[in-house]
Amino acid sequence: MKTWVSGLLIIGMCAFAMAPVAWHAMSSLKTASESTRIPPTLFPESPTLANYEELFGRRPFLRYCLNSFVIASLASLLCIAAGAAAAYPLAQGTAVMRARVAAGLLVLAFFPPIAFLLPLYEMVRSAGLINHPWGLIVPYAGFNLPLAVWLLTGYFRSLPPDLAEAAAMDGLSPFETFRKVILPLSLPALATVGVLVFIFSWNEFMFALTFINNDPSRTATLAVATLSGAFVYEIPWGLIAAGVIASSIPLILMVLFLQKTIVAGLTAGSVK
Amino acid sequence: MDLERSLLRRSAWFAPAVLLAGGVMLYPALRTLALSFLDVNLTNHFHSEFSGAANYVRLIHDSRFYSAVRTTVVFTTISVAIEFALGLAMAIAADSWKRGKGALRTILLIPWTLPTAVIGVLWAWIFNDQYGILNSLLLRSGVLNTPVSWLGTSRAAMSALVIADVWKTTPFVFLILLAGLQSIPGELYEALEMDGGRIGDRFRYITWPFLARFVFVALIFRLIQAFSVFDLVYVMTGGGPGGATETLSLYAYRMMMRYLDFGYASTLATATVAILAVVAAGLYFLIARRHEDLG
Repeated sequence: MKTWVSGLLIIGMCAFAMAPVAWHAMSSLKTASESTRIPPTLFPESPTLANYEELFGRRPFLRYCLNSFVIASLASLLCIAAGAAAAYPLAQGTAVMRARVAAGLLVLAFFPPIAFLLPLYEMVRSAGLINHPWGLIVPYAGFNLPLAVWLLTGYFRSLPPDLAEAAAMDGLSPFETFRKVILPLSLPALATVGVLVFIFSWNEFMFALTFINNDPSRTATLAVATLSGAFVYEIPWGLIAAGVIASSIPLILMVLFLQKTIVAGLTAGSVK
Repeated sequence: MDLERSLLRRSAWFAPAVLLAGGVMLYPALRTLALSFLDVNLTNHFHSEFSGAANYVRLIHDSRFYSAVRTTVVFTTISVAIEFALGLAMAIAADSWKRGKGALRTILLIPWTLPTAVIGVLWAWIFNDQYGILNSLLLRSGVLNTPVSWLGTSRAAMSALVIADVWKTTPFVFLILLAGLQSIPGELYEALEMDGGRIGDRFRYITWPFLARFVFVALIFRLIQAFSVFDLVYVMTGGGPGGATETLSLYAYRMMMRYLDFGYASTLATATVAILAVVAAGLYFLIARRHEDLG
């Protein structure tokens, strides 16, 4: 491809990727009357933080973010723990066993989430976990398990096999070897899985919408998608823009600092 | 005895994963299948009765189901095709760049990382016919004379959904395909050039064999996610106007949570899985079978 064509394409795509977020960042700084002006202004005329004050002061937005943070973190940890424990013997097992497990996991991972919704709702309700963080933590950990097992099996296989042998000679049990030798060496892979599961859990909407019906238990994603005004017909655009930006900031920070980790996780599955 | 013990130990390693995956995926999927043969709804006080194939008979006469299938297929085909074309063009463009790939990846990862439901809110406002920036820009630049009611007519609403989806997921396709292009050793191209190969040979004998696996992965992931689309439609159009953008997942969700017909909702969910399985298998045979190593 000609250099200028590819340059143009890339600059165009970057602008396309940034523009909607930038417009919302601008809009979140507008006053209520300016955000419903026709035609809309591009830059706020008198920038104000009123929307953020409303979001964090009058509404429990920090609470929503905390809910999301707790749910996403615990789901990542649970997913990593269960995934790593299963991936370790798989990595040492035979190729046939790995292929079978991989096929089974892929099939499960490809099910549309709607196929799990109703039975999970029954289970969560009968366990008394409606509006409870664990009602979402356990499903999120489970949904991402195929990804965790897939990525970690690949990583464990890349570790030299003499490591486990040497540890066994030193009298460590298989579990001690796993905990004291293998896991510390696998931190990069564990971090990749953790970051991806965190992002997917933070972003999940359908199950949060179904399993949570009281305001203080809502996640940040659910809250932004269902933010509404005092009256049915009044849509608080400025507040919504502030919500979009505020709930995106943790994710944008993760991308800025962990870009390599995220890309590694996304592409690992196809590289093998 | 020894063998038994080692089996027991093995199963201890797998127990958490099996419990978790079985509990939140395998059991629910089977339960959904079972419910699809039952009559469970508000009118019979959720008392479940075996109803044989009654729900499936209802399905094949349900015009709203066919309309949801059509909507889902149209959405999936158009958005995945655009994402793939755009992602591939960008991956080829970026592959030749020596510097700045890290910054490029960071910028493009941002749309992909944001929650789909939040993206729905973001684009719904951009497409708003009165206050939205899109109509304002199009009117000011003279492309339009009168504002378009983006979310108010069926074609425009579908385009709006596709644009939002393309915005979010083209980066994913781009990243996978770029990784594929970068896995190709440069010496291969040099060797082909020395042997006097033509441009077409370059693609056929080197690029495609390396890229096929990545194309398959990107396509299958996108296809499955697009086919299961729920968040974006729920937030942006609510399936409207007049049901024109109601996808399979949204229809099944409404049957569950609004009409409280659990039996028929499960039939809709099962049908969604079945159609998706056929599509995925089709793609697998189309691409993967020709490249044995993909397996």
